[in-house]
Amino acid sequence: MDVFLQLAILVGCAFYAVIAVAQAGDSGMAIHGWFFLILFVAWIVGICMRYGFGAPVWDQTRYEDGIIKWGVFATAFWGVAGFLVGLVIALQLAFPNLFYFEQFGWTNFGRLRPLHTSAVIFAFGGNALIATSFYVVQRTTRARLAGGLWPWFVFWGFNLFIVIAATGYLLGITQSKEYAEPEWYADLWLTIVWVVYLLVFLGTLWKRKERHIYVANWFYLAFIVTIAMLHIVNNLAIPVSFTSSTSVIVWAGVQDALTQWWYGHNAVGFFLTAGFLGIMYYFIPKRAERPVYSYRLSIVHFWTLIFIYIWAGPHHLHYTALPEWAQTLGMVFSVMLWMPSWGGMINGLMTLSGAWDKLRTDPVIRMMVVSVAFYGMSTFEGPVMSVRAVNSLSHYTDWTIGHVHSGALGWVGYISFGALYCLTQWLWKRRRLYSYALVEWHFWISTLGILLYITSMWVSGIMQGLMWRAYNEFGFLEYSFVESVEATHPYYVIRAIGGGMFLIGALIMCYNLWRTARGDLRAAEGDVAEADARPAAAPAE
Amino acid sequence: MNWHGVFERNSMILLIGILIMVSIGGLVQLAPLFYLENTIEEVEGVRPYTPLELMGRRLYVREGCYVCHSQMVRPLRDEVERYGHYSLAAESMYDHPFQWGSKRTGPDLARVGGKYSDEWHRDHFANPRDVVPESVMPPYAFLADAELELNELETIMGTHRIVGVPYNDEMIEAAQSDIAAQLDPFSPDYDAFQARYPGAVMRDFDGDPDRVTELDAMIAYLQALGTMVDFDEYEADAPENLR
Repeated sequence: MDVFLQLAILVGCAFYAVIAVAQAGDSGMAIHGWFFLILFVAWIVGICMRYGFGAPVWDQTRYEDGIIKWGVFATAFWGVAGFLVGLVIALQLAFPNLFYFEQFGWTNFGRLRPLHTSAVIFAFGGNALIATSFYVVQRTTRARLAGGLWPWFVFWGFNLFIVIAATGYLLGITQSKEYAEPEWYADLWLTIVWVVYLLVFLGTLWKRKERHIYVANWFYLAFIVTIAMLHIVNNLAIPVSFTSSTSVIVWAGVQDALTQWWYGHNAVGFFLTAGFLGIMYYFIPKRAERPVYSYRLSIVHFWTLIFIYIWAGPHHLHYTALPEWAQTLGMVFSVMLWMPSWGGMINGLMTLSGAWDKLRTDPVIRMMVVSVAFYGMSTFEGPVMSVRAVNSLSHYTDWTIGHVHSGALGWVGYISFGALYCLTQWLWKRRRLYSYALVEWHFWISTLGILLYITSMWVSGIMQGLMWRAYNEFGFLEYSFVESVEATHPYYVIRAIGGGMFLIGALIMCYNLWRTARGDLRAAEGDVAEADARPAAAPAE
Repeated sequence: MNWHGVFERNSMILLIGILIMVSIGGLVQLAPLFYLENTIEEVEGVRPYTPLELMGRRLYVREGCYVCHSQMVRPLRDEVERYGHYSLAAESMYDHPFQWGSKRTGPDLARVGGKYSDEWHRDHFANPRDVVPESVMPPYAFLADAELELNELETIMGTHRIVGVPYNDEMIEAAQSDIAAQLDPFSPDYDAFQARYPGAVMRDFDGDPDRVTELDAMIAYLQALGTMVDFDEYEADAPENLR
């Protein structure tokens, strides 16, 4: 009877949408009301049609893989969309006369940048996390996903949230809290979806046929519950009215700033780190056919990572009006965070021990290993930047943007791409990918793109920091602000090229995944399963 | 590491363990900010935004200005010389949400109020490269054409009052007329308006006295930024102001 509860939720939302359309307090809600109405009615019709042809049977002896196939598609789609918007806004900063359109104010940088960050973090990253967590939790518990239709509610509900958020940004509906821009009704909807997600995940753990919960699931669980906590506290707001797209955040000024960066840094810590470590702990051992390097290390770094990460937020507020004791706490814990982060890196990399030859033969493994290397690099760079003296130079500059992208493109991007390659091959039950040569192309084009991106941002960021604090021989500030803007132009062009290369790599991947799913094998590479491609352990001649 | 088996065999114990671990840091850092009295210094002059400034602030949020402009001058020599006195916590105590920002693709705006003329802002919003050729800022010409949406003004102010901004009944009742009053330096409501919002700048910001546009609100907000505290009176080195 789950389906009736689910229908009741959807009908309730559709009913709200009717009221929102009729009584819209502002122009934003007038448009969004129609949006909801169409999407929720379509969803209700979809469920009714499916049950109209007979209620689906949830065969408990088989895994629920259909939803993960959808997740693979959604991850790839949103990835390309998010990278594309990123390229557009990079070009806007490099060539403002060409890429701003006076008659289309909604394409301005200020509205597209939240679209880019949300698309890559929540749409691409979130779909990757939901899909892989559903895959991993089933395989490691040897149980079908709990909840019958509810996992589908999580998938479609989360993607509906993405669409509400994204269209909202273009319409100017935002509460301006970075990575938490969606307004109150989108936040409420996400809360419902997230609670269901937690219950589906826990429910699957409850019916597991393995005695122990596998390490990847610890990370997924920490990611799910902590994101729920962060999301609710940071988004506490009072709507102006129940049919308005506007709300007022309950926090103000300095308290709001720390709440926001407590959220913001742990969106990195738990969404982009803990969740993706879950991916690492399943897909690298599985692909390399080696056990996780150290059980003890995974325990130590799991608990220390989640404990210490939460404290690191104030390093986003060095030298601000936040009391100094809080800044110092944030700095100390950020430096300490280096150790558990590298614990995870070592555990991931050393899992390859005994199988290092696969770096040569399997480009998918190479992608995931390079991902962990980027994780190690950016989790070293992060603590350095959190030191007050360094931060006084790096804060507000492009260095931060470079740091974020070494983590986002290198770590999050590559581990997700690795998982997508694995999942497509495994779910569609193909002997190998359509083409390993194309994976090589993807790998090298993207890697060069990432290097161009982060090195150009390092140079431009450090240059900005130095120009802003430069004095001439008379003791006056040497540069006006706009001279630092002018000086960044070449680096913004290089950055756009790097981002463009990353996008091209992702498009190559999509083509490869699509051909793999169709069951094609690229003829030139021979009909060899990857297992056969490895040299046999024969004595040397 | 046998003890750890308890967590690996019981999902709820694992869940509770996680919740405890991730709660501690936030509680230690966030909770004291709400009861330690020296979190926000006591200064003269910080007042709630006028209705026009408040609506301008909403446009600032809507357009995502915070992604490129900070509103937080740090106590570093070059910043104080470039932008003015470093920002105080008190100056954003009525900001729901805060707009300190995290990136300076453009300059800090915490003290932009009064730095440029309204005419400069009008030209700059129409096309930033007309006044600053090297700028990479988008054009915002549409602000000058768009009527300011005011049908939710009172409820927005009322909601701010619920979360602690000291708007009183009189301010909310007069909200619509205060929009017109602030745009007219010869308004008959001049004295009453100044009593409600001491020191607020009153003039027609967008150069078109017949209409209340989004540009009016946006410039009104920018011209108020960082101007509320009189730093000739403020003693930054006084012991009660050191944090």
